Amino acid sequence: MGALCIEHLCVRLGGRPVIDDLSLDVDTGEFLVLLGPSGCGKSTLLHTVAGLQAPAAGRILIDGVDRTWSDPRERNIGMVFQSYALYPTMTVEGNMSFGLRARGLAGAEVRARVQRVAELLQLGSLLHRKPAQLSGGQRQRVAIGRALVRDAGLFLLDEPLSNLDAGLRASLRRELKLLHQRIGATMIHVTHDQIEALTLATRLAVMRDGRILQLGAPAEVYAHPANRYVAGFIGSPGMNFIEGRFAQRGGALHVVAPGLAVDLSDYALAGAAPTEGEAVVLGVRPEQLRLGEPGDEATLSEGNVSLIEPLGGHEVVWFDCAGVTLAAVTREARGFKVGDAVRFRIDPATVSLFSPGSGERR
Amino acid sequence: MSLVTLKGARASLRRAGPAWYADPARLGLLALLVSAALCFLLPLYVMGLTSLKSMEDIRQGALLSFPAHPSLAAWRAAWSSACTGVACEGVSAGFWNSVLIVVPSTLIAVALGALNGYVLACWRARGAQLLFALLMVGAFLPLQVMIYPLVRLLAPFHLVGSLAGIVLVHVIFSMPIMTLLFRNYYAALPRELFLAARLDGAGFGRIFLQLMLPMSLPMLAVAAIMQATGVWNDYLLGLVFAGREHLPMTVQLNNLVNTTTGTRLYNIDMAATILTALVPLAIYVLCGRWFVRGIAAGALKG
Repeated sequence: MGALCIEHLCVRLGGRPVIDDLSLDVDTGEFLVLLGPSGCGKSTLLHTVAGLQAPAAGRILIDGVDRTWSDPRERNIGMVFQSYALYPTMTVEGNMSFGLRARGLAGAEVRARVQRVAELLQLGSLLHRKPAQLSGGQRQRVAIGRALVRDAGLFLLDEPLSNLDAGLRASLRRELKLLHQRIGATMIHVTHDQIEALTLATRLAVMRDGRILQLGAPAEVYAHPANRYVAGFIGSPGMNFIEGRFAQRGGALHVVAPGLAVDLSDYALAGAAPTEGEAVVLGVRPEQLRLGEPGDEATLSEGNVSLIEPLGGHEVVWFDCAGVTLAAVTREARGFKVGDAVRFRIDPATVSLFSPGSGERR
Repeated sequence: MSLVTLKGARASLRRAGPAWYADPARLGLLALLVSAALCFLLPLYVMGLTSLKSMEDIRQGALLSFPAHPSLAAWRAAWSSACTGVACEGVSAGFWNSVLIVVPSTLIAVALGALNGYVLACWRARGAQLLFALLMVGAFLPLQVMIYPLVRLLAPFHLVGSLAGIVLVHVIFSMPIMTLLFRNYYAALPRELFLAARLDGAGFGRIFLQLMLPMSLPMLAVAAIMQATGVWNDYLLGLVFAGREHLPMTVQLNNLVNTTTGTRLYNIDMAATILTALVPLAIYVLCGRWFVRGIAAGALKG
């Protein structure tokens, strides 16, 4: 239940192409997160899957049945909107039972289903309240409950947590993950919050300008971004980018930049074979920039600390190395001070290389 | 609108400064408002007094003086025995005719307006924009232009000179404004509500009846008040389309006042006029609060 297959989908809004030849397969029970900046077409994609927006071309199959032109009610999809879209004149119970009554279920069955979902989401004591009498988190849970009561196989979540404050967002994020583990339905979650994306997804799709730039497990997308845009979009603080060149040093391929050289013996290069002196962008995650750790002297480089952001358990150290500002995340407070000279090492196994022109992974 | 202005003025009087009577600007404002109110109330005062006077009293010519022997005789006569043309039954028959015209005209017009607005705002049918533009053109055409064609159009169906005919005509002429009110109200509601209901499996009728209508209570009140007072105050359409059996109160009032035989009975004229104006007056006094709230609700959401 809830397998989704999108083939060569194109969507236009007011004549402007918003989604361009997009194909995507989502298996039963997956938690797919669509991550991208606002305006990248991720909400439009969700609306098209739900049948609220007509596509210009392509096919949408749900559980193997072509639903491209089906009415929304035939698709059996549960959806949570960013604004929750709770019916203001109905109680919580009325909101949750509206869809069941619209489908002509018997009263006893409606009550039983609402009761079951209310227990699951701890809404029992709120059933007779109106949406205006609920807090933000409660409204969010009612919106999820309204989608759940219908026993849909496929759930579409359109930025469901973005209207909540930070603490509540984190706790509802965990509830959402637990819920998915418990009911095992297919969920497609749209967000522009990379923490949500990384924590919730079993698979992550990074979108931009109506296309999927990279699709994969969150750890894979994080560790091996397919291009410079994905690399910069995920991670906080963002990936360090250092402009350098390929060079042979002592028989091994290196990336050299002012003040540093990284051995690429263990790096799996993509694309054409590198040529001596070819420009390349070196990407290093801040937590993989090791500060002042003992090791092979040849791999150490130097910089000057310009800013320290303490974060309690760890800190972000910003430093300048040959005119480039880099960030490093330390595991514990290390007592660096602004102006200190630091020595750092880059682990060659964890770097990413990008072509400076196209931004594609090398 | 005057209610809104008065409320705003009162709030600002209360809000700042030491005491209202110590501030010349606010005293001036108050004086302006009081004199404006007096200007509007003076005719009503004169009408009320005159209706309580005897004809002898009136002939003294002192408009503002209090009646020597206040009596409700003129009111009784205006209601049940004054001559409106040939018949001498007062304006009571016209009152009930007007009720018979106003109630269905209001219910049907508001219901159809809400339905039209819902379709235009939510379903975005092909040609909806064009239809809406045409309706708006209709709203700005003077209705006198359409009377003769409408008479010719309705005559073959025997609808001219019948209750059904006058109700139909009122409903037709109210469609542009009723549709405009509801379309704008529904267009200002978050579209996700409508989409959520569609995903929930609700169809055209269920979304309208169970979701949209309960949300539009303030606008229903505004539309009903506008339509009821508008239809009650109508003279021309009633005269042309209602027929002799169903002449509304406004037409009968005119007949009563303009009956030329004998002396002019000012006290009865005044009483009949107040009786005719009483219904819209009562609607505004009793429902004004809803009216303001409905307008304000629309303003905030739009």
